[in-house]
Amino acid sequence: MTVVYYSSSSNYTHAFAQKLRAAGQHCVRLPLLTKDDTLLMEEPFVLITPTYGAGPRRGAVPKQVIKFLNVPQNRELLCGVIGAGNTNFGETYCQAAHIVAQKCQVPLLYRFELLGLPEDVRNVNEGLNRLWKQKLQRRA
Amino acid sequence: MAEKVKLISHVDAINWNRIEDPVDDEVWDRLTANFWLPEKVPLSNDVPSWNTLTPEEKQLTMRVFTGLTLLDTVQGTVGAVSLIPDSLTPHEEAVYTNIAFMESVHAKSYSSIFSTLSSTKEIDDAFRWSTENQNLQRKADIVLSYYRGDSPLKRKVASTLLESFLFYSGFYLPMYWSSHAKLTNTADLIRLIIRDEAVHGYYIGYKYQKGLERVDEATREELKAYTFDLLFELYENEVQYTHDLYDSVGLSEDVKKFLHYNANKALMNLGYEPMFPKDVTDVNPAILSALSPNADENHDFFSGSGSSYVIGKAVNTEDDDWDF
Ligand SMILES: Cc1cc2nc3c(=O)[nH]c(=O)nc-3n(C[C@H](O)[C@H](O)[C@H](O)COP(=O)(O)O)c2cc1C
Ligand SMILES: [Fe+2]
Ligand SMILES: [Fe+2]
Repeated sequence: MTVVYYSSSSNYTHAFAQKLRAAGQHCVRLPLLTKDDTLLMEEPFVLITPTYGAGPRRGAVPKQVIKFLNVPQNRELLCGVIGAGNTNFGETYCQAAHIVAQKCQVPLLYRFELLGLPEDVRNVNEGLNRLWKQKLQRRA
Repeated sequence: MAEKVKLISHVDAINWNRIEDPVDDEVWDRLTANFWLPEKVPLSNDVPSWNTLTPEEKQLTMRVFTGLTLLDTVQGTVGAVSLIPDSLTPHEEAVYTNIAFMESVHAKSYSSIFSTLSSTKEIDDAFRWSTENQNLQRKADIVLSYYRGDSPLKRKVASTLLESFLFYSGFYLPMYWSSHAKLTNTADLIRLIIRDEAVHGYYIGYKYQKGLERVDEATREELKAYTFDLLFELYENEVQYTHDLYDSVGLSEDVKKFLHYNANKALMNLGYEPMFPKDVTDVNPAILSALSPNADENHDFFSGSGSSYVIGKAVNTEDDDWDF
């Protein structure tokens, strides 16, 4: 089971994913450039996405994330979404994760700010382990 | 002003169709889309609520806002402008001019609040307090000394700490009033400022990290030590400033948590790991939800009981690149 994440050139989400890697999670980064080919998933995964955008209604979900979710097979395997953001953006805190959860009808699993605190890494790591276990049990 | 202003020696016509760093373009778009003026906010609706505050509470509020005015003035007329000559791209220069202008809008918006809510005498008293309060003056002086210094990267550190940390002893109060259903229009205006500062802190911190890529390891280590030293120096001063303001209303401890929470974010904007542990950054939930109404984490699957979740309410987007 995999964590797929997008991180722009500021690399905050990438730093968070590195900490999840160190905790034993398998993490894969989406390509930075929109013109590059996106990934095709073969097994269930969780997505981490930051929020961007030129305003509340435009560009909150990074284009590369949209391209990735436009692939029906990826959408079918998506188990949930985690948001990265900053509460100082007020109402649009982690809006991209809300949009993805809504559009793909999957749970919003967690939200954290910027690089994430050690507690965030622990909560996400433990939450993912519980989730993977549930998926395995359901399969068996 | 004795010193000679440093200007860029050579300028080429800026071409926005040749972007060297896409972050410049993205941030410009966000900043211009965020543009606002205080006249758009119906501040006069706060008059009845202002009249329910005690004289001490009114004085505290006025003082907090003159303190914020001073920081925005510093950042508009010196801080953002001082970053222009060290820019890595012409688009970065343009972004700083936008930031500088917006700081002047922020500074002026406090005067809109003042003229709506209080009398000329109260306003003059509060501005006099701001020039006489030692801790407030010290924080401006510390930052200004780095803006005048000769290290471009240290300037960015000082600037990011101002944008992402130093404002928050002040921003606390309108969030506090708003959580008590007071001065809610003023709080709306402050939230617009906070949103702008979030982009400013992100951007200047990002450019600092870009700058770090161009220096050697020893310099990187020195800058990291410098960042933490400066944060401590400012933090100690901030704690005293917080006591000056908030002891009379018994809110100092609550404000300090908000300071720690934001100091962590300032460090992260500079690419460093957060420093304050969870038990001193547990901001009052009422303040947090005044800041971001959706921040309540009980809806998140991993932090609640883990047994149920809600799928968020629909958000309309205008993006047309979705296929479904
Ligand atoms: C132009 C711009 C707009 C942003 N808008 C939002 C937003 O609306 N909501 C939010 O929670 N965070 C917002 N952010 C903050 C980023 O989502 C946050 O910094 C995130 O950690 C970036 O992750 P990355 O470095 O991996 O790309 C914005 C950042 C920028 C630069
Ligand atoms: Fe400002
Ligand atoms: Fe600012």
